[in-house]
Amino acid sequence: MNEPLMRLRGLIRKESLQILRDPSSIAIAFILPALLLLLFGYGVSLDARHVRLGLVVDAPSVAASSFTASFRQSPYFNPRDFANEPAAAQALAQRQIDGFLWLRSDFARKLSTGQSPPIGLYVNGIDANNARLIENYVQQSWAGWVARQAALAGVANPTPIAVEPRIWFNPAVRSRDYLVPGLIAVIMTLTGALLTALVVAREWERGTMEALMVTKVSMHEILASKIVPYFLLGMGGMVVSVLIAVFLFGVPLLGSLIVLGLASALFMLASLGMGLLISNVAKNQFVAGQIAIITTFLPAFILSGFIFDISSMPLPIRIITHIVAARYFVAILQTLFLAGTVWSVLLPNLAALLIMAVLFLGAARLTAHKRLD
Amino acid sequence: MFAMANMPAPPEPAATPLRLAGVTKRFRIAKREITALGDVHAETSPGLVTGLIGPDGAGKTTLMRLVAGLLSLDEGRIEVFGTDVSTEALKVQGMISYMPQRFGLYEDLTVQENLDLYADLNGVPQADRSASYTELLHMTGLAPFTSRLAGRLSGGMKQKLGLACTLIRPPRLLLLDEPTVGVDPVSRRELWQIVDHLVRQAGMSVLLSTAYLDEAERCDEVLLLHEGQLIGSGQPEAFTQTMAGRSFHAHAPGVPKRALQAVLTATPGVTDALIQGEAVRLVLDEGTTPETIQPPGVSGLALSPVAPRFEDRFVDLLRAQNGAKPRAALSPPPSGGSSTAMRAAIEVAHLTKRFGAFTAVDDISFTVKRGEIFGLLGANGAGKSTTFRMLCGLLPATGGQLKVDGYDLRRAAAAARGRLGYMAQKFSLYGDLSVLQNLHFFAAAYGLRGARRNERINWALSEFELAPFADATSRDLPLGFKQRLALACALMHEPDILFLDEPTSGVDPLARREFWQRINALAEGGVTVLVTTHFMDEAEYCDHLVIMAQGRILATGTSEALKHAARSSALPDPTMEDAFIALIHADSGQEQAA
Repeated sequence: MNEPLMRLRGLIRKESLQILRDPSSIAIAFILPALLLLLFGYGVSLDARHVRLGLVVDAPSVAASSFTASFRQSPYFNPRDFANEPAAAQALAQRQIDGFLWLRSDFARKLSTGQSPPIGLYVNGIDANNARLIENYVQQSWAGWVARQAALAGVANPTPIAVEPRIWFNPAVRSRDYLVPGLIAVIMTLTGALLTALVVAREWERGTMEALMVTKVSMHEILASKIVPYFLLGMGGMVVSVLIAVFLFGVPLLGSLIVLGLASALFMLASLGMGLLISNVAKNQFVAGQIAIITTFLPAFILSGFIFDISSMPLPIRIITHIVAARYFVAILQTLFLAGTVWSVLLPNLAALLIMAVLFLGAARLTAHKRLD
Repeated sequence: MFAMANMPAPPEPAATPLRLAGVTKRFRIAKREITALGDVHAETSPGLVTGLIGPDGAGKTTLMRLVAGLLSLDEGRIEVFGTDVSTEALKVQGMISYMPQRFGLYEDLTVQENLDLYADLNGVPQADRSASYTELLHMTGLAPFTSRLAGRLSGGMKQKLGLACTLIRPPRLLLLDEPTVGVDPVSRRELWQIVDHLVRQAGMSVLLSTAYLDEAERCDEVLLLHEGQLIGSGQPEAFTQTMAGRSFHAHAPGVPKRALQAVLTATPGVTDALIQGEAVRLVLDEGTTPETIQPPGVSGLALSPVAPRFEDRFVDLLRAQNGAKPRAALSPPPSGGSSTAMRAAIEVAHLTKRFGAFTAVDDISFTVKRGEIFGLLGANGAGKSTTFRMLCGLLPATGGQLKVDGYDLRRAAAAARGRLGYMAQKFSLYGDLSVLQNLHFFAAAYGLRGARRNERINWALSEFELAPFADATSRDLPLGFKQRLALACALMHEPDILFLDEPTSGVDPLARREFWQRINALAEGGVTVLVTTHFMDEAEYCDHLVIMAQGRILATGTSEALKHAARSSALPDPTMEDAFIALIHADSGQEQAA
């Protein structure tokens, strides 16, 4: 065996033994992902359920009862009746209800004459996300009711609105299905960047790096010995996450597994590059951890489109998202899981990941010196 | 480049292992430029142990790192066997092995796995390994522990494993950065035996740095560093020889040793006066004869010549550099606690501390008299610090009695703490605050107010000569001054009992002398001083000593008595370290017999 190979073997074996013996890297690589997945999979849902909706009907009528009944039967609403509008408004202000629907006295008349019936919807806008959901739901309920009324009345051509419930009001549209793939990107960032930055900083802290540097080992070898084991560890975490997503949460995986593997590998390399770059700057674990969280984990969480829609962000923020590798990976994951192998989406994002990986790994190599100053 | 490592270290007696020419290294720390090494010129000889001697902050580690190619030079040139480190670092790294101060052992790897890693890193062929492992494990005594995690080894064993790792591929030049710091005397002796063996048998060249001056005498040649300057180089014997006829033991009937030391220190013609056992060890200025030494107020002074030591020369060199002699000793604080003079200051009976299954302190008992300097001597991990923390009321004891100044620490820890001053081993003041702000803070923390506070702060500034530095940031003070400030803060509330944890480790000999003069003066004033140390030399300053190992007390007595017990025909004049090692051997012999 030639010397560089022997050195690399020694370093990789050392790194693997450390991973096996150190509970914290196992925790970051496997337990943290599982924990985050369970937390987000079960705990966080962007679906509105059991919305506390107030109902104010000024003049009871057959039409009004029929319309409100559609809310009473819905699993999404917990309706509550109010005698008049001020009572409902007060309840809304006290956050006893999330919103209320006001059917004015002329509801039945306007409906029968074909005019647009004046439905008032008042939603608590403090939780903007929830407010928008309620608004959507009520609109779709209304559209659904109108369509059903038309069908009952024997009208042959239902209004175009009647089509929409199939897209918007499909109970199968669970936020979990798009949160979980996005979450995998966040988890991979953790293993890739945070773990790598921490283990390299630990070597500086404990003085082991100083001893390594005086051997004939080259900087390439040191970097490679960090990349190989943590790449495998990260891909292992990835497999665990995908298995949890598919088999525990029942998220469909429609796209190609090979493309998934390729995209994950590219993203993992970009993350490792980030981690190594950070560790070249920060030589103690605390600082490395802080920098890794702020520059990789938080952006992956906030700026990747995983929870918050990028297209609705202000332009400067939107520009910033382009240097967040997780952004491309989230797009790939969501496409692969939910839409299938759609090359028009995948190719540009894969190309971007490739550029990111080359950039970060290159920068990590350029900033790594076999010197202490 | 790859062929290099497979070749055995070729004997090239003519080549100079290390050549330093005008080596200069500066660091920028927060806009201030510090010259870590200034224009150092030196050469070392092949096949010898070259000692790099100097206190902390002298530039030893910086020089080691420069030689290892880990730092870039600002000026000058370093050659290892004729190869320039700046341009061919990798080639140099193929010829040297370097053991940093905190050697990079992987604590979660076993002894064997650490060896395997360094064998891989150094390209040792598989076929050669088992022979090399056998020899190294035999030499270091680690053979029974190959499957133990490195983190579970004792301090001495870790150092030996570190050394073994650096020796897997025998280097032509071995760099050892303070290999013996904090290591127990037995392991220290074993480490030196390994180094000697390497040089004698394998013809290796070794550069070894140390802050322990007694180790200089074991080197073949030395480089003396002080504050980044090379202040001397040559054979240690030559250094010591220049001091011939200048070292004496002084006795004066009826004069206590500390008083004698204080008065001799201030006497003209005296370079150095140091308590050694019951006598005062004296070094005279060059050209001064013993007859001319006339300390005021002392009659019947008897001087008997003793062999010079390396430290004498170092102190002499530093005095020549610094010029100034230390001022007269610290005036004792007004309150001496004479009213309670008869009461023992500290009483410890059957004290035990367990952490889970591990017994850190195992049934120890001792009594410290008032106004005494009492030493707890032992290697790192002997249980000194744990005992100290219990005495300070910072850690509850598992069993036994503990009284400080008459207060039972189990019931009245706070009251007892009010009587104590404590100076931690590490600089534990606020580095960002100025000297004056630190004094203010500690005065306030001890509950001093108004005029009393100002009075104590002024006392501290004048007694410790800190006034010129009152507005300096504490972090930037030289080590000796930091230590003065720390002592001043510990004395702010005029405690009756002073606890010093490894007070002088790493400071230069002059600062250490000055520190002990202050401590002596405090003891003369009735303050009880309890000190922990792993410095065998420092034990000489103590009235009474307790020697600890593995949580137990091996021996109690004066330093003279302890040394006397170790006297034998083979060792007519044992040092404190000899005494310590004899005790450890006797103890392990008993254990085996039992």
